Amino acid sequence: MSEKVLMKGNEAIAEAAVTAGCRHYFGYPITPQTEIPEYMSKRMPQVGGVFLQAESEIAAINMVYGAAGAGARVMTSSSSPGISLKQEGISYIAGAELPCLIVNIMRGGPGLGGIQPAQSDYFQATKGGGHGDYHTIVLAPNSVQEMADFTMLGFSLADQYRNPVMLLGDGVIGQMMEPVEIKEENTKPVEKPWAAVGMHGRTKPNIINSLYLKAKELEDHNNRLQKKYAIIRENEMRWEEIYTKDAKLILVAYGITARIAQAAIDKAREAGKKVGLLRPISLWPFPEPPFSRLAKTAKAFLTLELSAGQMIEDVRLATHDAKPVYFYGRTGGMIMTPMEIYQEITRILDGKEGK
Amino acid sequence: MAEGLFARPKALFDIPTHYCPGCHHGIIHRLVAEVIDELDIQEKTIGVAPVGCSVLAYEYFHVDMLEASHGRAPAVATGVKRVHPDAVVFTYQGDGDLAAIGCAEIVHAAARGEKITTIFVNNAIYGMTGGQMAPTSLVGQVTSTSPYGRDLETAGMPIRVSEMLATLDGPAFIARVAVNTPANMNKAKAAIKKAFELQLSGQGFCLVEVLSICPTNWGKTPLEAVKWLEEKMVPYYPLGVYKDVQEVAK
Repeated sequence: MSEKVLMKGNEAIAEAAVTAGCRHYFGYPITPQTEIPEYMSKRMPQVGGVFLQAESEIAAINMVYGAAGAGARVMTSSSSPGISLKQEGISYIAGAELPCLIVNIMRGGPGLGGIQPAQSDYFQATKGGGHGDYHTIVLAPNSVQEMADFTMLGFSLADQYRNPVMLLGDGVIGQMMEPVEIKEENTKPVEKPWAAVGMHGRTKPNIINSLYLKAKELEDHNNRLQKKYAIIRENEMRWEEIYTKDAKLILVAYGITARIAQAAIDKAREAGKKVGLLRPISLWPFPEPPFSRLAKTAKAFLTLELSAGQMIEDVRLATHDAKPVYFYGRTGGMIMTPMEIYQEITRILDGKEGK
Repeated sequence: MAEGLFARPKALFDIPTHYCPGCHHGIIHRLVAEVIDELDIQEKTIGVAPVGCSVLAYEYFHVDMLEASHGRAPAVATGVKRVHPDAVVFTYQGDGDLAAIGCAEIVHAAARGEKITTIFVNNAIYGMTGGQMAPTSLVGQVTSTSPYGRDLETAGMPIRVSEMLATLDGPAFIARVAVNTPANMNKAKAAIKKAFELQLSGQGFCLVEVLSICPTNWGKTPLEAVKWLEEKMVPYYPLGVYKDVQEVAK
C-alpha cells in the first residue's frame, strides 16, 4: 500500500504492523482497540502469519514473551484494564530484554472505568508499570498517520535496543478515520543470534531469562539495563514544537490533546496571544532539552491532559520549576474543547490564574 | 569415550542440581533428557521452565530454553511453537505452577490442541516456597498453610489435572505416571517418549503427569515419602492413560 487511504487509527496500526514484517499477533478483545485483533484475524492468514486470540491478556503477553524470545517480530494490543493485566509480562519482557510492540489504546479508569478515551495511563506507561527498575520506550501518536508510522518505528526501536516499545494512543485516535499512507519501510529482518530457536549446531544453549538469584549478578544485570536506558535517553527523545520561538505561554500536550491544543493556539494567535505548543512524542524517554530551553524564553507552561495530572510531573522536572507550570485536564472520557483551552490561556496570560 | 552401558544423557548438563535429597525431579529430568537423546531432537528442542522448584531447569537441560513467569509456561510455549512449528517445544511445570496460578493457561493450551508437550510434576505441595498447600494437596494433608490438615469445607477437594484435561477434545495424549519403582520409571519414560513422539507427528497437546515425592516439605525420609505416595497419592491420583488419540483411532 503506498497511496493514501481512509482508515481508522486502530486499523492503521494493524496494517502498518503487517507491512513492518510482524507475522505474530496475540491479543484479547477489549474496547476501544478491538479493531486491531479483528483486522489481524483477517489479515494474518493472508500473509502466512499467526493471529491467536488468547484466553486472557495475561496469556497474550506471555505468548508475546515466547514468540519474541524465539526471535519473531511480534505484537499485542489492548486498552487500559487489559494493559494492567499485561504488566507482569511486560516486566519479564523488559528483564529478559525482548523486543516487541505493545499497543495501549487508553480508556478512562481507574478500575473498570469506562470505554471513552483517556490519557490516564501515563504513569503506568512511562514509569515502568510492572515491578522492578525498567522502562519501555513509549511513543505517543497524534494522528492516524502517526499510528502507522510509530508502529513501524516501534518495531525497529524494539529490535535495535532489545526492549519492549509501547505505542500509547487513546480512544479518539484509535477510533477516528483519517487519510493515511502506509509507507514501505523498516521491514528488514534483524539478526537475533540470542533467540531460543533450537541449538542447531550451537553447543551453548540460548536461554531467555530474567532470573538472577545471586544479588551481585542481579545488580550487574540492572546496571546493564540502566546503561541501555541511558543510551536510549541520549538517542531517542522525540518532540514537536509549534510557534514556540516567541511564545510567552507553552502548551504541553501529547496525543489527541495536542490536536485540540493546536486549534486553541490558532485561535489565540489570531487574537494576538503568543502561545506555542510543545508536543512530547516520546513520553519515555521524556524530551527534556526543549523544556529547559523554553523555560528561558517563556513565562509559563500549561500542561493539558485527559487525566487528573500525570505528565505534569515530568514537565515540572524538565523545567526544574523555573517557570510556573499550570494544569488543565478532563477525566473519565470527557474531552476538552479548544474553547476550554482558550479560556485557560486567557486566564493565565491575563494574570487571572490563581494557581 | 569408551562405549558404556550407562552414561549421562547428552541433553542433560553434567552439573550438580539444587534439588533436595530424595526428590524425584532429578529422575524426571533424566527421563526427559533420555527421551530427547533417543529421538535425536536435542538440536530442535526448546524448553520452557516454570516458577517453582524446577525454576532452574534451564541450567540442567542442554537445550535452548525460556524461563516463564509463574504459571504461564503453556502460553510462552504457545508463542514459541507458533514461531517455530517444526521445533519440539516442552514445558516442565509443578503443581502450584500448573494447577493453581496457571490453570487457565494449561486448560486453554490443551483446548487449542497446542502442539506442545507438558511434563507436569505433581508432589501435592508448594516445594520452592517451603511447603504450602497446593491445589493438589490431599484432604487432611498437613502443610505450612494447612497446619490442621487440608480442610474439605474451606479448601475443597484436590484437582485431578489429568482427568480434567482429558475431558477436552484438544489433547492427543494424557497420562499419569510415577517414578517410585524401576518398573514405574520405565512406564514413565515410555509415556514421556510418546508425548514427544505425538508432538513430532503433529497430533496435538500432550501431557504427562508424574507423581513425585517431596521428602523435605512432607517431613519424611525418602523411603517414608515413597510409601506415602503409594498409599495416599496413588489411590486419589490413579496411574494410567487418560487420553490417547492412537487408541481412539483403533
